[in-house]
Amino acid sequence: MGKSILAVDDSTSMRQMVSFTLKGAGYDVTEAEDGQKALDIAKTKEFDMVLSDVNMPIMDGIQLIKELRQLPSFKFTPILMLTTESGTAKKMEGKQAGATGWIVKPFNPDQLLGTVKRVLG
Amino acid sequence: MSIDLSQFKQTFLEESDEGLDVLESGLLALDSGSADEDVIHAVFRAAHSIKGGAGTFGLNEIASFTHIMETLLDEMRDGRREITQEAITALLNSVDVLRDMLEAAAEDVPPPMENAEQVTQELEAILNGVGQATIQTTTQATTNEQVVDEESVASVGWKVFFKPMEHMLRTGNDTVRILRELSALGEIKLTSDTSEIPDFSLMDPELSYISWNAELTGEISKEQITEIFEWVDEDCELVIEPFGEAKVEETAVPEAVAVAAETVQVAPETTAQPATVQSEPAAQPVAAKKERKKEGGSIRVGTDKVDELINMVGELVITQSMLSQMGSDFSMQRLEDMREGLSQLERNTRELQESVMRIRMLPISFSFQRFPRLVHDLSSKMGKKIELKLSGEQTELDKTVMEKIGDPLVHLVRNSLDHGIEKPEVRVEAGKPETGTIHLNAYHQGGHIMIEITDDGAGLPKDKLLAKAIKQGLTTESEGENMPDDKIYDFIFHPGFSTAETVSDVSGRGVGMDVVRKNIKELGGNIELSSEWGKGTKFTIRLPLTLAILDGQLLRIGDEVYIIPLVSIIESVEIDPSQISSIAGGNEVYKLRDEYIPLLHLDKMFRRPPRHNALEDSLMVVVEGDTHNLGIIVDDLLTQQQVVIKSLESNYKRVEGISGATILGDGTVALILDMMGLIAMSQAVDAPHAKAS
Repeated sequence: MGKSILAVDDSTSMRQMVSFTLKGAGYDVTEAEDGQKALDIAKTKEFDMVLSDVNMPIMDGIQLIKELRQLPSFKFTPILMLTTESGTAKKMEGKQAGATGWIVKPFNPDQLLGTVKRVLG
Repeated sequence: MSIDLSQFKQTFLEESDEGLDVLESGLLALDSGSADEDVIHAVFRAAHSIKGGAGTFGLNEIASFTHIMETLLDEMRDGRREITQEAITALLNSVDVLRDMLEAAAEDVPPPMENAEQVTQELEAILNGVGQATIQTTTQATTNEQVVDEESVASVGWKVFFKPMEHMLRTGNDTVRILRELSALGEIKLTSDTSEIPDFSLMDPELSYISWNAELTGEISKEQITEIFEWVDEDCELVIEPFGEAKVEETAVPEAVAVAAETVQVAPETTAQPATVQSEPAAQPVAAKKERKKEGGSIRVGTDKVDELINMVGELVITQSMLSQMGSDFSMQRLEDMREGLSQLERNTRELQESVMRIRMLPISFSFQRFPRLVHDLSSKMGKKIELKLSGEQTELDKTVMEKIGDPLVHLVRNSLDHGIEKPEVRVEAGKPETGTIHLNAYHQGGHIMIEITDDGAGLPKDKLLAKAIKQGLTTESEGENMPDDKIYDFIFHPGFSTAETVSDVSGRGVGMDVVRKNIKELGGNIELSSEWGKGTKFTIRLPLTLAILDGQLLRIGDEVYIIPLVSIIESVEIDPSQISSIAGGNEVYKLRDEYIPLLHLDKMFRRPPRHNALEDSLMVVVEGDTHNLGIIVDDLLTQQQVVIKSLESNYKRVEGISGATILGDGTVALILDMMGLIAMSQAVDAPHAKAS
């Protein structure tokens, strides 16, 4: 089994694209459609990496990162934000919350894989 | 690895449709001031998601268009900008533009840009040229960056000093990964400084104490290095300087460059595309293609419904295996068990059928949701104050029925807006509240869905209707005197009947109430209205929940069994031959009470073997058409039952007067009569005769 990734995005098409791309590269992908659902999953299972959208209903990406960092099993897990924010404010907010880094939307599957591989080795 | 992104496009388009609805209803709520903070966030998120997805799936025009909307919404969300009527209107216009663009995307044709450009200007005007400024800075940053790029290729290499701050590991960034990436750029000589590692007893394994010096040789640009450190920019001390050259003082990467680097990444995609697309002819026959899209749409089904279905199938399999086991060693003692099994099978089948139907069922809110916008736009256009109330939005009905009822509903609501609700001053004068109400309601009744459109407007002018009907020769003055109200109201469903004094561009544009009724009849439903002068009007539409099954009356004519939809039957009477009179053209009418009903001999019309019974032993089934009723002469009425409609067109060919076929319990095929078609046929038969006489 490949390394496991938790992919969080409220947009179904984005989730499908991310999931399809990563599964195709042999990763084990779990999907969640908002921060709260992701957190619930994270409480029961460990992941090698988390990819999360920022703007989501119920619980947004920033809050999710804060919550995840409170969990012992996610203390050092790479968490990347999928963000369209080209401004630095959101990125910095994410970093403050404990994000590892970001992938800027729009990205294509190759860019996504490149970044994920870079982080997971 | 290359992945075909088009496979996700359909999903993206569907969720964008939902996003647009969120946008629209949210904006309307903001406009009426009834919105709370969540609404503006939801609206922003919807625009944001569309933009993100559009960019990802290569729909660049949509992405850049949504970007401006998003910018505006972002400022509203943060409270940096007031939510003005003007902005809401511009944003609502942009929702329309987006809808067109997404539709074009669904058809794979270039998006219509004329409106987009205009609305873009509107939005930019609101943004006070801020949009313009941002674009300029971005371009500037890009060019700067390119200049920097050329200068920054060091001849020999780079010296990198990297000192992670203690907490860096806690952001999930790993020193080893960063050094690994760095070493991938070229030849690396790495030395570590461990002097800051504290005494063992004080050491926290979660913190980072080591700093690194790297000498990188090779043809490497500075950007390649800064990119690696992009995520840890704030979490480390970083010095990058050219190798063996004059020292350039630069401790951290300037923010502007980091941003610019990203801009460059996306730039080729966003700029290259529009040029090629725009040069193609923009106006493709989109309208013609729209039809096709609707035919083969997809449907989103809740998991609970699918689970339920799977459950049912499970039950069915159990029953089936029980029965087949029984069949293998059957004895008469087990007859009762078998009966029990068969009735269980029947129950399973029925439940299965119901839950399969339910998959095609969608809440009517899908259809209702367009009305807030419609009412908002039209009422302001007409200077009326109208509140729209929706209820029963969760009532479910078949997807196809919903699609087909959309236009008639719009027509009825427009009608209420235009003719029903009075102008504010008129209302006040009449002692009514200034704001009129239109209420859309839906509920289930029997196997039907009922939709009510109620307004508290002026009501229908009975006298005017009657006068007009007499003028058009639909009735006579003497007939009109004692005519019941519902008969008078019924005239509005007559083709070419309109009492509006002026034709406004809101309603009264050719499509009349007759078309509304025709559409509803075609769906196997009907429409009724009640009205009280000065109080308001109420339309009640009754529709079958599905088009796949209908309640049918089986009847026999000669050797043939036909089915008539139960909803179209008004009554059945024994024939009294003395009431039949021949009229011009060899046609017959039957005098039923005070009404003359044209008679239809189906056996003759379909050129089938004649009826068995003499006329006086036959029955006449009176069915309802859109303009007049029709009497069909039959030998016998058989049972009433639910029949599954099979398309005749796809199995054989289209036959006028027949809407489909079904398979009866004994395996024979029975044809389902199409009332509208039959009436049209009987009129067509009349016509040449009428001319001849």
